[in-house]
Amino acid sequence: MSGTGIGAAVRRKEDQRFITGKGHYTDDINRPGQAFAYFIRSPHAHATIKSIDAKAASAMPGVVAVLTGAELATDKIGNLICGWMIHSKDGSPMKMAAHPALASGKACHVGDPIAVVIAETLPQARDAAEKVKVDYAALPAVADPAAAQKSGAPQIHDIAPNNTIYQWHLGDAKAVDAAFKSAKHVTKLDIVNNRLVPNAIEPRAAIGDYDSGAGTFTLWNTTQNPHVARLVIAAFVGMAPEHKLRVIAPDVGGGFGSKIFIYPEEVVALWASRRVGRPVKWVAERSEAFLADAHGRDHVTHAEMAFDADGKITGLRAKTVANLGAYMSTFSSSVPTYLYATLLSGQYEIPHIYCEVDAVYTNTVPVDAYRGAGRPEATFVVERLVEVGAREMGQDPAELRRKNFIKNFPHQTPVIMTYDAGDYNASLKKAMELADYKSFAKRKRESARHGKLRGIGLSTYIEACGIAPSQAVGSLGCGVGLWESAEVRVNPTGSVEILTGTHAHGQGHETTFAQVVSERLGIPIENVLVVHGDTDKVQFGMGTYGSRSGAVGMSALVKALDKVEAKAKKVAAHLLEAAEGDIEFKDGKFSVAGTDKSAAWGDVSLNAYIAHKFSGAELEPGLKEGAFYDPTNFTFPAGCHICEVEVDTETGNTEIVAWTAVDDFGVVVNPMIVEGQVHGGIAQGVGQALCEGAIYDKDGQLVTGSFMDYAMPRANHLPTLTVDTTMTKCPSNPLGIKGCGEAGAIAAPAAVINAITDAIGTENLAMPATPATVWAALQKTGMPRAA
Amino acid sequence: MAASDTAPVSMTVNGKPISANVDPRTLLVQLLRENLRLTGTHVGCDTSQCGACVVHVNGKAIKSCTVLALQLEGADVLTIEGLAPADGPLHPMQEAFRENHGLQCGYCTPGMIMTAVDMVRRKGNELDDRTIREELEGNICRCTGYHNIVKAIAAGARAMRGSGATSKAAE
Ligand code: FES
Ligand code: FES
Repeated sequence: MSGTGIGAAVRRKEDQRFITGKGHYTDDINRPGQAFAYFIRSPHAHATIKSIDAKAASAMPGVVAVLTGAELATDKIGNLICGWMIHSKDGSPMKMAAHPALASGKACHVGDPIAVVIAETLPQARDAAEKVKVDYAALPAVADPAAAQKSGAPQIHDIAPNNTIYQWHLGDAKAVDAAFKSAKHVTKLDIVNNRLVPNAIEPRAAIGDYDSGAGTFTLWNTTQNPHVARLVIAAFVGMAPEHKLRVIAPDVGGGFGSKIFIYPEEVVALWASRRVGRPVKWVAERSEAFLADAHGRDHVTHAEMAFDADGKITGLRAKTVANLGAYMSTFSSSVPTYLYATLLSGQYEIPHIYCEVDAVYTNTVPVDAYRGAGRPEATFVVERLVEVGAREMGQDPAELRRKNFIKNFPHQTPVIMTYDAGDYNASLKKAMELADYKSFAKRKRESARHGKLRGIGLSTYIEACGIAPSQAVGSLGCGVGLWESAEVRVNPTGSVEILTGTHAHGQGHETTFAQVVSERLGIPIENVLVVHGDTDKVQFGMGTYGSRSGAVGMSALVKALDKVEAKAKKVAAHLLEAAEGDIEFKDGKFSVAGTDKSAAWGDVSLNAYIAHKFSGAELEPGLKEGAFYDPTNFTFPAGCHICEVEVDTETGNTEIVAWTAVDDFGVVVNPMIVEGQVHGGIAQGVGQALCEGAIYDKDGQLVTGSFMDYAMPRANHLPTLTVDTTMTKCPSNPLGIKGCGEAGAIAAPAAVINAITDAIGTENLAMPATPATVWAALQKTGMPRAA
Repeated sequence: MAASDTAPVSMTVNGKPISANVDPRTLLVQLLRENLRLTGTHVGCDTSQCGACVVHVNGKAIKSCTVLALQLEGADVLTIEGLAPADGPLHPMQEAFRENHGLQCGYCTPGMIMTAVDMVRRKGNELDDRTIREELEGNICRCTGYHNIVKAIAAGARAMRGSGATSKAAE
């Protein structure tokens, strides 16, 4: 199959509706008789709620109800949960504090929802919200993770003394200590991985619709994983029985992790709908999203790397404090642990690694997975240590990396992971060629002539995608399985619907999943419809995050297609009056080996349904198969990104003048879409490195609460990107796919900071490296390094 | 505000005359999305920063979240839904976004396309990389890293030459 099969840069099927304004995002949906919800949120970072007086608000025009945590408790609506159990070093379980959908008794961060007004129109709800009198007694607050554990710090939850959620570790501390004792050189860094706001451009939204006749609930929701939302809302929150709750995730405008989690607002939309007897719609405003969507990163780390006399890495240790915010969000506990410390080996053979992580509560918005989730933090630690180590030892950073690369696979790291396949040297080599690394000195001199400092930075990252197998993640504390499901429904006319438990919110699954079918069944891509995002249609699935949809979701699809082909061959055998073993299937045609007898795909699909050629005793009619696929391992995409910058010494402004990315994603289904994923990831990584950062003041007020104060990367922050690939096939799934969604965001921050520090000649540079930060760093270096 | 506190407004949207009684606080984007059910125009922020809401008013790009419906009495409004004639071929800029993979989640896309068409009107059909990036100051995309949007706009701008396509294609 050429043109639309695996490996073809097929233009996306979903684009027609998006470029004509015909998408269906949650806010585009309206239910007859719907009312609107507006949340009253705490203006305090930490406060006791003494009383809520809704009398005046309830009398306002159009107001249907004002609901608070008290009613939530009366109706016995359960708390939100964190679904990944982490145990501390001493064996004690993590300290998960109660997280009601509407705060009761106490507000723990600015934006904590306190009450909700339901009204006929949104302006009426908003007007009435102003009349709700909440009597707060403000408490001292702590927002800085480094301060949260100090004695005298305000205590946020009784269950967690010193605001400590867990004190976790991984690795062999003694072996690492020994490695450091015998080291020839030790590189030490203090790193702050800045706090980010995901900011998908579509704000979150939810419509709850209770059908009192049937006793069923429907939730339209901007979610990356409708089935997980249904499971949590049913089994843990207890809002509705699972079989009576339908969750629909229609077109979703970007997620980047922030739409994985089960949030208070969707629970309240469902609950309020049952209470008021009509659909209830909520759409976040952007400034509300800043206070209500889980943030990302926010680590404070001290890290050290030990080298021997040849520059071989002999050990790594890191101590990290991870800010999880005011409550533990859905998967928050896993991010700074199993998604972080397990990647600290990078692409390198490091015999001993030890990592300690303290997770803390602060009076800030909850922190959870954001594009890369733990892996960008790990990569930043490793790639800064290697780069700085090389500079300190006077070695070429590329050469030092090459010297330490893992070359034999499978490779067992000291931090759980077994890397299955890779060729790190190949991506480094190709990236250096594409970036013309060897002529850098010449370009640096050229920049110097224009009064600019030029720098180059490498980042040879690794990530672990397609988190699995379920048994393994279960043993690490994950509360769910991480397999995926697919169903293939062949219609009598030969067109095909595939149902996947993954969900697309920009990734283009409607195209790529159809490509897999087109390749396998030899039918035009137009004849394939991809169905996702509706729990009534798709039986079960785990959704899309962690670059899992290709590696896990498509593998499930391949498994279902295997079954479809096997069944279709049986039908073809009856149709062609031949033995089943003689039927061959190729390019959409069934033929009998050694004869010229054949049947087209459409003949066989039709015969599967009309069932005229076989009896029910011989064969079941129909052509529809499903499969669940549980991978045998994570996948390990890796690659090399090279960033080149020019720093203006007068203003401190950094311009990225060139970017080269060479990634190994295994088999690529659609190179155009994969490149797009890399571009987007790089932009988010560059955003983290150059401009983005959520800043809280000492009272716990979010200073960067809108697009006016929080600097999103714009088109002119980024250069034209050179993106290429190398390929080692992933041995852990049938298609050989590794995953590409997060690579850019993982690789980019270290590449940028390595480049700027190379340019300015000091390692002491915080992210985001804004012009002011770079300028200040330059002043400390005295005379900036000339060419 | 009482529900009766509304005021009438009339304008042309995508070539069709419309009139509505609106709460004076109603923004153009709300009129389009809620009254006219033209949901292709999106809202991505509340500070006039993201550009997801860009439409054309009297031939010029504006952020529809930043103007009151009542200010536009008699105006000629074009939204993404009206950029190409219904059932007709796509506008060259729409086609260029698809061809160059200039969109992922699609949420910023209508605003990007409307901005791009206006960019061509002001800057011509030969747009270099730097010009496009500077002109996109008011449009945020979180998905694409802009690389393919820039490519799409350059290609769309060239394709608009001689195609007869203008920002008023639907008229
Ligand atoms: S919604 Fe108009 S600029 Fe963001
Ligand atoms: S395509 Fe998603 S925001 Fe631009």
